[in-house]
Amino acid sequence: MNGLQVVFLLAALVSLFSAVMVVSARRMMHAALWLVLTLMGVAVIFVTLQSSFFAVVQILVYVGAIAILIIFSVMLTRRVMEDHGDQILPGWRAAGLVALLLFGVIVGFMTLWLGFSAVLVELPADAENLLELGRSLVSPQGYVLPFELASVLLVAALIGAITIAVDRKEDQDR
Amino acid sequence: MDFLRDPFGFVIQWYVGWLSGLGLPAFGVELISKLTGALVLATGAMLFVVFLIWYERKLIGRIQDRFGPNRVGPWGIFQPVADMLKIFTKEYITPIGADKVTYNLAPILAVAAVLLLWSVLPLSVTVVGTDLNVGLLFLIAVGGLGEMSYILAGWGSNNKYALLGAFRLVAQLISYEVPLVLSALVPVMLAGTLSVTGIVQAQENVWFIVAAPAAALIFFIASIAEIGRSPFDLIEAESELVAGYNIEYSGLKFGMFFVAEFLHAFTVSMIFATVFLGGWRGPGAEQIPVLGFVYLMVKTFVVYFVTILFRGTLPRFRIDQMMNLNWKVLTPLSLGLIMAMSIVGGLTRQLPAFWQVTAYLIINLLLLGATDQLMHFAQNRKTKLNLATQPGKGVLTTSSKHGSGE
Repeated sequence: MNGLQVVFLLAALVSLFSAVMVVSARRMMHAALWLVLTLMGVAVIFVTLQSSFFAVVQILVYVGAIAILIIFSVMLTRRVMEDHGDQILPGWRAAGLVALLLFGVIVGFMTLWLGFSAVLVELPADAENLLELGRSLVSPQGYVLPFELASVLLVAALIGAITIAVDRKEDQDR
Repeated sequence: MDFLRDPFGFVIQWYVGWLSGLGLPAFGVELISKLTGALVLATGAMLFVVFLIWYERKLIGRIQDRFGPNRVGPWGIFQPVADMLKIFTKEYITPIGADKVTYNLAPILAVAAVLLLWSVLPLSVTVVGTDLNVGLLFLIAVGGLGEMSYILAGWGSNNKYALLGAFRLVAQLISYEVPLVLSALVPVMLAGTLSVTGIVQAQENVWFIVAAPAAALIFFIASIAEIGRSPFDLIEAESELVAGYNIEYSGLKFGMFFVAEFLHAFTVSMIFATVFLGGWRGPGAEQIPVLGFVYLMVKTFVVYFVTILFRGTLPRFRIDQMMNLNWKVLTPLSLGLIMAMSIVGGLTRQLPAFWQVTAYLIINLLLLGATDQLMHFAQNRKTKLNLATQPGKGVLTTSSKHGSGE
């Protein structure tokens, strides 16, 4: 076992533990903070996969923006921030069975995929995977269409959110 | 002679050589040397804050026509040391109902987030913490960790004023991150790399502040907003918020927020000097690496001086003015700048470097001028609209108020 594996195991344990805490914490604020730790654990796993760009983007977007927005919205709903009720639903056995079955199906399909059993190759130190990623996002042979579609979708969502939230001038005059 | 030209690099090489001489495996040598480097850098940066606090207080004093600290030591240089010793002896107070873990984690995270920034900044040719290939993105992402610490502090304190202060601060930080990231893209485009070392290397012929002054201006304004300095110091509006997110902290915990703020201000100046002013570049810096360190420090202090001048002279923004400036001026300008720069860069690809830089400079100045005109236009229209909605009320200027010759 080398150092990288130790780091991976630690990161995986931390993110799994905090993921469990996200759903079992009684205060919503604590759940949001555990979620931050989970996301950071995922960022560390990206680092161990030599994908520093994704690690940094994970922190920038998820910890720096999305988690903070979640915390904002949790703080603005102070009344329901603490949960005293029973944390386990009445039908938890059936739900657990369905989740287990789904997990089995997904893992079963994953094993059919060739990449599942492929041995990871260590990248050379000067590999420019960032440049490759950038090229494949904008090249017609790569993912330019999905990339542009996702951008248009996001802009539409943004405009929609503004349309709903905006204070119209004519409403104020009335 | 080697020691005189590059003392830091010499010591690092000697230390790594000594470690591998002990018979450790290569992995262990790297781990121990990196850990030592981190420890030395972090301690040095924290101790440096003592000097920074004195420098800033002295300078603000001069701006306000006072002496500043002048009792302890020559020119009062040991005043922060005395303050530090005093803060060590203060009592820790934990407010009732505080969330203990988040309350105590926040100051640590605040300092750690700033210290992490130093890990990718190249201090000279030979002294770099780590040359990440996504260095610039890392610098911005780590800023997000700082935001987390403010939220933790505001929420953990169980105090409404602290919570409101944290809300306001984080809203400001998130908003100003947008123009910060967008304007940082311009040097990335010019250098063709995200690595901070690569960006410094790419400024061999011309500093990026010459090629992209508009981007430098946006980056500078946004980074002042990121450190919450005047004129963006709404977080410390005493009349509204008492003192912001850190009011429930005392003793060393408060001191850590204080250290984080000063160190962040200096680090942000250093990032600006690295990205736009050529970092350690200067005559003879490659042959004599210690000169590069001196150049970087001089440039950083020039930028830091300007932020202190801002702090000493400018009045505070109102929150709507601050948000308007961000979303209606800086963000569209930086988006337009990225497009203009990439178009100009594509058109002038065949030209020699001198003409390319000139073209960049012209398009930057054009955009800045156009923004200025648009802002004037909007201001005039707003004034006219206000006048039109209030019939019968003239403009209350100094001359009409006092009359003529009364």
